[in-house]
Amino acid sequence: MNAWFSHHRAALASAFRRLWATPLNTLLSLLVIGIALTLPAFGYVALDNLRDLGRNASGVQQITLFMSLEASKKDVGEIENRLRQVASGKWRFVPKEEALKRMQASEGMAEIVASLPRNPLPDAFVVEPANTEPEALEIMRKEIAGWPKVAHVQLDSAWVKRFDAFLRLGKLALWMLAGLFGAGLVAVTFNTIRLQVMAQSAEIEVARMIGATDAFIRRPFYYFGALQGALGGLAAAALVLGALRMLAGPVGELAVLYGGSFSLKSPGALQVLALTVVGAFLGWLGAQLSVSLSLRKFD
Amino acid sequence: MIEASNLTKRYPGGLEAVKDVSFQINAGQMVLITGHSGAGKTTLVKLIATIERPTSGSLVVNGQNLSALGRSAMPHIRRHFGLVFQDQKLLFDRNALDNVLLPLQIAGQPRREAIRRALAALDKVGLLAREKANPIALSGGEQQRLAIARAVVNRPTVLLADEPTGNLDAESGAAILEIFADFNRVGVTVVVATHDQSWIERYHPNVLRLDHGRVVE
Repeated sequence: MNAWFSHHRAALASAFRRLWATPLNTLLSLLVIGIALTLPAFGYVALDNLRDLGRNASGVQQITLFMSLEASKKDVGEIENRLRQVASGKWRFVPKEEALKRMQASEGMAEIVASLPRNPLPDAFVVEPANTEPEALEIMRKEIAGWPKVAHVQLDSAWVKRFDAFLRLGKLALWMLAGLFGAGLVAVTFNTIRLQVMAQSAEIEVARMIGATDAFIRRPFYYFGALQGALGGLAAAALVLGALRMLAGPVGELAVLYGGSFSLKSPGALQVLALTVVGAFLGWLGAQLSVSLSLRKFD
Repeated sequence: MIEASNLTKRYPGGLEAVKDVSFQINAGQMVLITGHSGAGKTTLVKLIATIERPTSGSLVVNGQNLSALGRSAMPHIRRHFGLVFQDQKLLFDRNALDNVLLPLQIAGQPRREAIRRALAALDKVGLLAREKANPIALSGGEQQRLAIARAVVNRPTVLLADEPTGNLDAESGAAILEIFADFNRVGVTVVVATHDQSWIERYHPNVLRLDHGRVVE
């Protein structure tokens, strides 16, 4: 067990030494890896923010329930009870009198409303469900439509579906981008390790002759690849956070101009950790492929 | 200790460097493998050290038939041997102490104990004062002594050398011979491939003479 720890500690120390020995090369490699991971990571954060923006946009994710004109107060009470039972989220009642007042307040509508013999508007409920997935909204709409004295249920499902399809498309493009740049990271690590194996061929040859196992020879390269990838992941996280910090002000101002408020959501510690782990894994993979191919000549 | 039976090594292309060689080396012996250039001395050393695998025949070291062992077992077998090459195969990107530390790192020795043993090995070959020196700054004789320190640091049961005095002047060569003899006196089995006849005159070792890959004496 001591030997095992000793080998791993030595391999990790060797990986750090190699990174430190050529600072410019290390910096450039980290920059390349960082940029390769920044693009998909930033895309992910942008989509996440876009999803929040879409879901929180006023009126978009609402279901409006219109009662029939002959519905009594008792019928309204019954609907309130049902909403209390099924609707997780917020809802509010809009009496027909309030709806008429709002209509009167609209420009040019006062005279028209005054000429009406009676209030043509029904009582209504505006429901803002907690679950805003398009499928969940559609299920809820159908359920509400079946309730007594409900004349019409309005859900802008087409918009929601379009928005969701856009997000799915964005997510797919993001995965493709991540795959592409992930392959790039593997290639960068592959080449770096290949050059290292070439530079250290004398050491590898001697080590093999005096009893080094394959694992002993490979381990420092694996640590190097994983370490380089992890540091690249951290660099990508720093770039994403920096970019979001720069964009936060202008995005907030834009939101105010549209009469709302919106602040960009930054990746949390877990997401930064995930990016680092992904970087480390891809770096290790590049090292694994490179070492397997490069060490064949020593067999 | 080391027992070879009908050992043959044929390289791709058909060259038979070692042909049907049989011999036995007992623990604590000093054995000289001699012969003219191209006689198969280096190949035989590589076969004993498991750097090369025989085409046919068997080689038993410490009761283990090496021909029957898989590739993954070879590194552990190699640790029984201390290897010294004519060209030393030192690492010039590290100092003398770090060169000697390599076999101990491979064996997974804790760093403090490894340093203690490496310094002791350097002391044995008279290089303690040069522990921080880069091998490139050492003379040919010192480089060979450093290679010997690296070979013995892991306390091998067999010290194997291929032309260890081949590149040295007479004085340095004699000093190297004395170091090998010292190790042999404390019980280490020493197997040396060389065409340097002064070994035979000074130490009267067992001799394995090769000619065109065959044992002739």
